Amino acid sequence: MKLAIRLKKRVNRSWQVDIMLFLVLGGFGAFMAVPLIYVINNAFKPLDELFVFPPTLFVRNPTFENFGDLFQVMKNSWVPFSRYIFNTVFITAAGTFGHIVLASAAAYPLAKHKFRGHKVLFTIIVLSLMFSPHVTAIPNYIIMSALGWMDSYQAVIVPAFAYPLGLYLMKQFMEQIPDALLEAAKIDGASEYRIFMQIVMPLVKPAWLTLLILMMQMLWGTDGGSFIYSEQLKTMHYAMSQIVSGGIARAGVGAAVAVIMMTVPIVTFVLSQSNVIQTMASSGMKD
Amino acid sequence: MQKAKIAAETTTKPAGSPAGLQGKWGLFARDVKRDKHLYVLLAPYMLLFSLFTVLPVVISIFFSFTHFNMLEFPRWVGWENYSKLLWNDDVFLIGVKNTLIFSVVTGPVSYIACFVFAWLINELNPKVRAIMTLVFFAPSISGNVFFIWQIIFSGDSYGIMNGFLMKIGIIYEPILWLQNPKYMLAIIMLVQLWLSLGTSFLAFIAGLQTVDRTLYEAGAMDGVKNRWQELWYITLPSMRPQLMFGAVIQITSSLAVADVATALAGFPSVQYGAHTIVTHLMDYGTIRFEMGYASAIATVLFMLMLGSNLIVQKLLKRVGE
Repeated sequence: MKLAIRLKKRVNRSWQVDIMLFLVLGGFGAFMAVPLIYVINNAFKPLDELFVFPPTLFVRNPTFENFGDLFQVMKNSWVPFSRYIFNTVFITAAGTFGHIVLASAAAYPLAKHKFRGHKVLFTIIVLSLMFSPHVTAIPNYIIMSALGWMDSYQAVIVPAFAYPLGLYLMKQFMEQIPDALLEAAKIDGASEYRIFMQIVMPLVKPAWLTLLILMMQMLWGTDGGSFIYSEQLKTMHYAMSQIVSGGIARAGVGAAVAVIMMTVPIVTFVLSQSNVIQTMASSGMKD
Repeated sequence: MQKAKIAAETTTKPAGSPAGLQGKWGLFARDVKRDKHLYVLLAPYMLLFSLFTVLPVVISIFFSFTHFNMLEFPRWVGWENYSKLLWNDDVFLIGVKNTLIFSVVTGPVSYIACFVFAWLINELNPKVRAIMTLVFFAPSISGNVFFIWQIIFSGDSYGIMNGFLMKIGIIYEPILWLQNPKYMLAIIMLVQLWLSLGTSFLAFIAGLQTVDRTLYEAGAMDGVKNRWQELWYITLPSMRPQLMFGAVIQITSSLAVADVATALAGFPSVQYGAHTIVTHLMDYGTIRFEMGYASAIATVLFMLMLGSNLIVQKLLKRVGE
């Protein structure tokens, strides 16, 4: 019904332009997808197929050899591969959970109340979106040493709690919650904490999932930066770059790690896509 | 009840102090007291945010005027680091040049690509739209697997690009793509673009879905003739907030190019062909431990990012006028 109205009322659009536009979309879609398709196929290629000339895109006789080799190769190294997986999963899970809780708690007052300092605080958050963490890397190194957090999980996890983009998106999304709902709860005698926990939090589930995706983008691929140097605390991304730097002989194993690395974020996104888009609709910056 | 309490507070203020000032501070203290629950909710986040974002910026600006190597106590040197950076450090200028080339190309191109693809995808039916969104967004979320491009542009004949070009007979021997400063920048830009359809792309898709449909009908009656006019007069102004948000994300990430550059071209790269401000910062900060000098580089980068963002924000306010 909605679609019919849209088609009927909108201005003339020629089918030639349509075809051209979809060709463009298809072409660039292939550019985006081919490298990922290639690496997935490589992960299932037996050794002889990895080294044919000219190289092939698709696998002919798929095998799980490379995944077996991965655990075999890493079993002899000082730290088993499962330890790298654990480190990445732990850092991502802890960082994401803490970020969602703290960012939501801070977003609620900023979105729904006018208190002393609310404008200043939000302006600082927006300004902090305008420079990358590289700017603060060196002082952060000094702060981590001062805290005695060098070479520990918390050096990566705790700063992630206060990532500004998550707070920004959460605050923008919370602004849509009708004030009447919060007023009603207040009249019934609910405290601010109860309003936050029992009314606001359940309503912003789409935003939780968005923050999850953002943190995954940041933490799942982290190599621990300059903060982690013990082998047993290092992440899967670090292990992957070590394997890949082993050169062409490790091409299959490298592709196998890459597939493990990319599956989790992609599946998470597939499951949460509609929620993420819903959150992003309120992401805009108002004048 | 509350009102009575406030009245009592204001009447019992100590005599002798200037009444206006006392009133102002009294008001402030009363507001803070009333909202104390809100400050409690804010506190944990703001504490960590100050510690890991605000404080580092302040420290960085302070250290940029000192000589500091983590061992001795920082020594005040005034503008020395900055004058050395601008007049005596040729490698820094190469880094600035490369960063500007990168960001002038990848910044606007990735921004426009985010919008154009979001716009085209929005014309599809919802099921296909979800799939295409995934296809375009997948690289940016794949957990840093951009090393694939290292295999594609590998310098021997097993590299995909070399293998392909040799097969069809354009070249006869493999090209060392990532060791040749002639190709390095272009390849890094390509990979950077491949990774750049991220948060802003999603924001644009969402923004396009929220544009009020009745505006298009009204536009058609007011004489909007084709879809380009529709885009400029209706779609773009309606999603200006998302456009401004997307600009911030793309500008910041295009000026911070470093991870892709070091992963593909190595660190340091051949003839500094892929050297950027951020890799220069890493060089002095994490290898040479000249923290004062590195802080000066960080401060320059900070000013560059903040400045270009604020200028672009001003420009975007004029879209559709």
